[in-house]
This record gives sequence, structure tokens and C-alpha cells, in this order.
Amino acid sequence: MEELDGEPTVTLIPGVNSKKKQMCFDWGPGEMLVCETSFNKKEQPEMVPNCPFIYIIRKDIDIYSKILRKLFNESHGIFVGLQRIEEELTGKSRKAQLVRVSKNYRSVIRACMEEMHQVAIAAKDPVSGRQLSSQVSILSAMELIWNLCEILFIEVAPAGPLLLHLLDWVRLHVCEVDSLSADVLGSENPSKHDNFWNLPGNTQTLTELELKWQHWHEECERHLQDGTFAASPHLESLCKIMLGDEAALLEHKELLSNWYHFLVTRLLYSHPTVKPIDLHFYAQSSLDLFLGGESSPEPLDNILMAAFEFDIHQVIKECSIALSNWWFVAHLTDLLDHCKLLQSHNLYFGSNMREFLLLEYASGLFAHHSLWQLGVDYFDYCPELGRVSLELHIERIPLNTEQKALKVLRICEQRQMTEQVRSICKILAMKAVRNNRLGSALSWSIRAKDAAFATLVSDRFLRDYCERGCFSDLDLIDNLGPAMMLSDRLTFLGKYREFHRLYGEKRFVDAASLLLSLMTSQIAPRSFWMTLLTDALPLLEQKQVIFSAEQTYELMRCLEDLTSERPEHGEPDAQQLQDDDIETTKVEMLRLALARNLAGAILREGSLEGS
Amino acid sequence: MEEICAKFVSQKISKTRWRPVPLGSLQTAETFATGSWDNEENHVSLWSIGDFGNLDSDGGFEGDHQLLCDIGHHGDVMDLQFFDQERIVAASSTGYVTIFLHHPNNQTLSVNQQWTTAHYHTGPGSPSYSSAPCTGIVCNNPEIVTVGEDGRINLFRADHKEAVRTIDNADSSTLHAVTFLRTPEILTVNSIGQLKIWDFRQQGNEPSQILSLTGDRVPLHCVDRHPNQQHVVATGGQDGMLSIWDVRQGTMPVSLLKAHEAEMWEVHFHPSNPDHLFTCSEDGSLWHWDASTDVPEKSSLFHQGGRTSTFLSHSISNQANVHQSLISSWLTDPAKDRIEITSLLPNRTLSVNSLDVLGPCLVCGTDAEAIYVTRQLFS
Repeated sequence: MEELDGEPTVTLIPGVNSKKKQMCFDWGPGEMLVCETSFNKKEQPEMVPNCPFIYIIRKDIDIYSKILRKLFNESHGIFVGLQRIEEELTGKSRKAQLVRVSKNYRSVIRACMEEMHQVAIAAKDPVSGRQLSSQVSILSAMELIWNLCEILFIEVAPAGPLLLHLLDWVRLHVCEVDSLSADVLGSENPSKHDNFWNLPGNTQTLTELELKWQHWHEECERHLQDGTFAASPHLESLCKIMLGDEAALLEHKELLSNWYHFLVTRLLYSHPTVKPIDLHFYAQSSLDLFLGGESSPEPLDNILMAAFEFDIHQVIKECSIALSNWWFVAHLTDLLDHCKLLQSHNLYFGSNMREFLLLEYASGLFAHHSLWQLGVDYFDYCPELGRVSLELHIERIPLNTEQKALKVLRICEQRQMTEQVRSICKILAMKAVRNNRLGSALSWSIRAKDAAFATLVSDRFLRDYCERGCFSDLDLIDNLGPAMMLSDRLTFLGKYREFHRLYGEKRFVDAASLLLSLMTSQIAPRSFWMTLLTDALPLLEQKQVIFSAEQTYELMRCLEDLTSERPEHGEPDAQQLQDDDIETTKVEMLRLALARNLAGAILREGSLEGS
Repeated sequence: MEEICAKFVSQKISKTRWRPVPLGSLQTAETFATGSWDNEENHVSLWSIGDFGNLDSDGGFEGDHQLLCDIGHHGDVMDLQFFDQERIVAASSTGYVTIFLHHPNNQTLSVNQQWTTAHYHTGPGSPSYSSAPCTGIVCNNPEIVTVGEDGRINLFRADHKEAVRTIDNADSSTLHAVTFLRTPEILTVNSIGQLKIWDFRQQGNEPSQILSLTGDRVPLHCVDRHPNQQHVVATGGQDGMLSIWDVRQGTMPVSLLKAHEAEMWEVHFHPSNPDHLFTCSEDGSLWHWDASTDVPEKSSLFHQGGRTSTFLSHSISNQANVHQSLISSWLTDPAKDRIEITSLLPNRTLSVNSLDVLGPCLVCGTDAEAIYVTRQLFS
């Protein structure tokens, strides 16, 4: 476990007197909840808290910055694009494509930096102006590190072009270098300089370059020793610089803004064909010479040094410690992983470093009220733990509108997360039922193919019918369509409504056979049979005979089934006696009507057969 | 090919709408409004796409869209419509309906009028008051019609405090969108796949007509009426299917076109070129449907325009009686008249939530917090 090399920062909670009261806290995925307890440090606990608030403490405030949001969104697009073209990246073009991706990331960082810089200048409040400026310098440092990693790890520039890239790198980040290089280049032999660095498409081999440079270097030395510039100390010092004399360079330290500027200048004049593996020697000595024992290296210096030493893991580790947000290390590591540079040593909880960082970053996104949608794609590309993390996170997104719920459901369905679909639909259906939106509730149960809930909704409809004597929401029940098959109860509801419709259209025979089939096919709930039989009464008492003898026998059987089941009461009370009375009357009326109908049916059938 | 310009704006965009240009003027679209969602603080913003003075070397227009002004909005912006040149109506997830007024002289927006209890599950009178999101609005100066998750339809009039007419429990499911057919008639779509036509001249609370697909009750999310032919309506559903309906004929759609792979959020007929239709979807794409018949027959039309698409065509209505010249390109059997489909966005992105077209200009907004604008739709 690493030792922290600084004091942890203290954050004061407003409104809570920490000298007198104690606080309690709980961790969340990206935040902490803190509130005051009723424990007093010295005396007995008080009952009334002074501070009635619960505070949410966030470490990662970057995620709430308006300008950095653009960084997160744009880089998300680049990240997803990179994962998608992974299969197509082969052979020679692979490196070029990866370099292009790296440049895309960097241009996004630069755009963000510039915008933030503009806002910082225009800021009226000096505190926020300072905050923005420090944010700008953090972004600038990130781009510096990324650029160096691109040169050393992705571009993998060999000796020769390596120095050119490093020159560009320094030029990009250090404004003052322009004035210095103008100075030096304006000196003797600028043409030799220009010819020397015949750029890409250069057909000279490294040895040829070295020879040429060696020749030029010796010429410079001869000039110096001959005292050609003795008359002008300025020119002499220039000559020394061009020879790569460190002391001479350090004399003009104020023109060199930092040690890596010093390093590159040094290399330009003393070892232009430096090989990548030798870089760290010069880097270390440049750092030591530049700092001169006066100050110690800063975190940025350590990161750059680790890069020069080609220790990728150290770079990532130091960046993770130095930066407050996982954005940088997650994306850089992912890109380096595509370059096949990370050994797959497993961290002890089962995933590799790339996945660990992406999971951390994505979890941080999920803690944000809006950026959670980006996090989904990051989880998708974490093969080991991405799916389970997504399953856990996605169920906890607050759903305040149907439209948001639909988006979440679409994400789950695209990834075949049926459990999550079920549970989300159930929550929404329950809410709808409570708000009396039975159509919505049914729509959610259909989406989740949740037969149990569909049954619940149908029972609600049937209950409403029994209470009010008519159906509510006919537009829904009349138009159920194939959704009717989802649950037996729902089918019953649809068919029952159809029975009413047929009756209303005076199609009595059809209505009758439908009614009978509802009872005999067992889809009608037992509790509803009495209602169904009572519905049969008007049909039985019609002038013409509607139910055939067969059908009447069936009806009678149903009635007997129903009445034989009547449980024995204990001590009957007045209400129950009254109910029993009503029941008995109903049953008697039914028996009478059935008997009459049977008689009529037998007669009719008998005479028809005869003729 | 259209040049499309993207800008990241640090808020998820739920709605984009062009400001209407005055009738008879030669101006093209210059200003559009956007609404955001899913933020702790949402905004309704006005943007300008720059003046015509800056032409770059290719003759295209320079610069991207710039923010003119914005104003905080309580809740997600669920729908947005321009009421007239200066006023914008916004529907909120908190059940509010707000009219914002734009002051061009100092470039600010202010709240002009607000109905705070437009949509609710349990009423403001009861102790357990709970509001419901307002999901759709349509304006026809001076009237505003709103629908919501509570299944309620409201008819408001600007400058009237109370609703002129309210149909409670118009639908047992959520109403997703509304449009005018002829002025006293509106058409709504709901989450059990039904179109309902309501006539405000009638007193009752029943729709005058109900249309639906047979088969699965797929929720319908958006609807738009043909600008010239008031009986032709296009709807988009949760399965990404585009349906064209003729409300005079029968209760079934005239054609069903399989379009997107996920919910279709908006469908728009082009107001001045109605042979062109635009749809956008949760699957991150925006499609341009070109049914104009002055294009010569192409043999492999489905492979042009950068996107292949299969569709099942389902022509039901009997065209024999209708005079040939009155048939809209959308009502004839699509297999006979070819439709060319083009995808307008360069890369796949997160959901495209909204789009709007006016003249040669198109604007759309996405969940990737980006706004895309093109000024050369038909070049």
C-alpha cells in the first residue's frame, strides 16, 4: 500500500459544528452522505439536532463542469468508434489508425482547454477565474502527457524521427520556444540545419544522418577552438549551444521553461539521432541539471520521467493518483491496450487494468444524473464485469417520466437483460395501477410479458365492473387484440366484454354459447360464476328458447357445482343471513329458469327432429 | 451531399424547433429553440445559425450555431412548439405548461404565462396530489392543446387562466402526441397503439373515431399530419415502424414501413415539400424519406443514399374510386412508387430525440448532447 505523500484535504461541512457534534456518514457509488448525529462529544446526547440537513459530498466535481461535459461526450464517441473498428484494424494501417484516434482524443482535449481559457479570461468573479485557469493547466498537462505517450508508445517513432516528434511536442506546449528557436536558428549554418532535417519521405538512413551530423558537429567545434567567434561572446555562446554544451544552455535557463524543453534542446544539439531506449538517461540528467538541487520534482515531472523510461504502468499509476477523475487514465489505457502494450497481468479481483479503469470511470458516470447514458457503452466493452455492473446500475436509475423509462428499457432489451426489464416494467405497472391508469399498466405488463401482472390488472377491471355495473376504459378492453392471450384472466375479461357486446347487438345465440364456453373452459374465476349465471338469466327468460338442452344441462351442472361448494358457516350473523337469503333466492330463480328452459328446449328439439 | 454541422452543448437535447418564418417572406430559417432533459436544471434555449453575410470559399455558410439566450425550465422539456414569432410553449415533466416570451431587443427569454396543474394523476384538491408529465402540445394561435401521461386532453387559450375545455380520462393509457386535423378536430396517439380523433365541437368525452393496427398493440410515439392533405397522417411506433394512415378510410393504416430498430421519436412531413418525410429514432439515426415521383425509376434504389432498408408494404385501401390526381404519393402502394431513404447523420450516435425541418434547413438534437444543423437539405 502506497504512502500518501501529502496531507489529506479537509472539507468543512457548513452548518455543523464539528467541535461540538459528531457526524455520521455512508458511502455511495461516487458520493458520500453526511449528517449530524445527536451525539455530543462531551455530555449526554441531545434530542434536537442543530443542523437538519443531510449533505451529499462529491469528490469528482469535474463531472459537473459544463465545459468538461463536452469532453466526456466527444470522447465517448471516439471510444465507441475505436472499439467498433477494432476488428478491422490489421497490418500496416493499424498503427496509422491508432495514431489518428490518439490525435482525435488530443484535439478534443485542446478544444476543451481553449474554451475553458476563453471563459476564464471573461470570468467576472476572480475566484472562479482562478479555478478555471487551474483547470486549464490540468487539461494542458493531460494533453502534454498524452502527446508524449502517443510519440513513445503509439507512434513508436524510431531514432531520427523521434527527435522531430519531440521537437513538435515541446513546440506545441511551450510558447517561448518559438522565440528561442528563432534565435538559434537565425545563427550560422541555418541552411545546414534545414537540409539536415529533410522530413518524412527522407530516404537517408540513420547512419547517413549520423555521419552528416558528426561532420557538422566537428566543424562547429573547430570553429570554437580556432576562436572564430572570440570577438563576440554572444556568438561564442551560441556556438557552444549548438555544440550541445550543457553549461552554456543552462546559462539561458530563463528561456527554457522546463526541464523537458532543456532535454529536447540538448538532444537536438548533442544527440539528434538518439534512440528511444536511451532517452531516459538524458531525461534523468536533464531533470537533475535543470532543477539543480533547488526544487524537487513535481508529479507531472515524475509522470513524464516514467514515460521516458517506457514504464507504462508507472505512468498510469501516477496519473491515477494525481488526477481527480478517471477520464484520462481510462481512455489512455484503453488506447494503449489496443496497441497491445499492456501485459495482461490480472489484478487480484479478476479483471485487468484496462477493465478496472473503465469500470471505475463508467461507475462515476452512472453517479451523474445525466451522463449515465454514456456509461452504458463503457460497460459494454468490459468483457468480464461489465455486464453485471450494468445490470446493477441500470435498475437504480430514477425514472420520473415514461420516456426515460422507455430508454432504459431499450438499453436492457438490446442486451437481453430480461430480469431488469421485468423488474422495471413491474415498478412502472404498479405506479400506473396506483394512479388508476389501467391501460398504461396493461401496456407495461405486455411489454414485460408479465402474465401475473396482467392478471392483476384484469382483476381490477372485473372488480370495477362488479362495483359499478359497467366497464371502465372500454377503449382498452374492446381493443385488446392478441395481447389478450397473455393471461387467462385477461382473455376472460376480453371475452366477457365481447359477451356484453353480443347481447347489446341482440345476437343472443352467439352470446349464449360464448357465455357457456366461458364457464366450461375454466378461464372464468370461480368467484365470477355467480355473476355469469345471473347474466344468463335474461337469456333463459326470453320468449324463444336460446340455450339448447345440452347447454342447459351444462348450466345446471355448473350451478350444482357452485352450490355444493358452499362452506358451512359457524355462527351466522345478521348480514350473512341476509346475504344467504339473497343467494338462495338467486339460486332458486336460476333453478326455475333452467328447468323451464330445459322443458322448452326438449320440446323444440323433439319437434324439430320429428319434422 | 448535405453538409451537416455538429456542436456539443453540455445538455441532452429533447426537442428542437425552428422559429417559423413570416408567411410570404423570402427568409429562410435562422433561429431555432431547444429544450433539454435529464439535467438537474433544464433549459429552454434559443440559437441562431449565423447570418448570410459569411460565405466561405465553397459558397457554404461559415460558423456553427450560437446560443442567443436561455431560461431555466422546471422539469424535463417534454415538448416544445412555437406559438408565434415571439412565444414558445413548453411542456414539462412536472405537468406544467409554460409560454416563454422572447425579447429580441435585449435577447432574453421570460415566462409569459404558466399553467401549473395542466396534468396530474390525483388532483390539486386532494392531499396526495401527484402531478403527471405533459407529453405533447400543439398550437394553433390562439389555442394550445396539451396531452399527458394522465390520459387527459386540455384546450388552453393564451391569456386565459383556466383551460377552456378539459377531457378527463380521455384515454386509459398514456397519450404520447397530438396534432390538429382540421381546426376543431385533433388526433392523439397513445401507448396501446390507437389513434383517436376528437372533435371539440361535440360535448361528450368520447372520441369521434378510433383507429388502430390489428396485431400487437405497439405504442405509438409521434404523429404528424400531411401539410396539404388533412386526412393523411404519419405515425411512428415503439418498434420503429412508420405507418401512413388515411383517416377517412377505414380503421387501419394504408402502409406500414419498417424503418428504425428502436423507438421512433419524431416524424415530420416537410412543410413545403410534403413528398419528403423525416424520422428520428432511439437507434441514433435520422432518415430522410423521399417519395417524390419526378425522379426517374431507379433499379437498385434501396442501395442508394447510403442505407438499405426492407419494408413490408401493406396497402389496404381501395384506390379505384379515387381520382388519380388527388392521390398523395404516400397513399399509393409504395412498391409501385419508389421511396428513396437516406441516413443524414455521419456516424451512429446516441438517440436522436427530435428534429425539425423548414425550407432547406434541418436541425436535430441527440442524447450525446449534440445539435446538428444542415442548411442544404436538398442539394
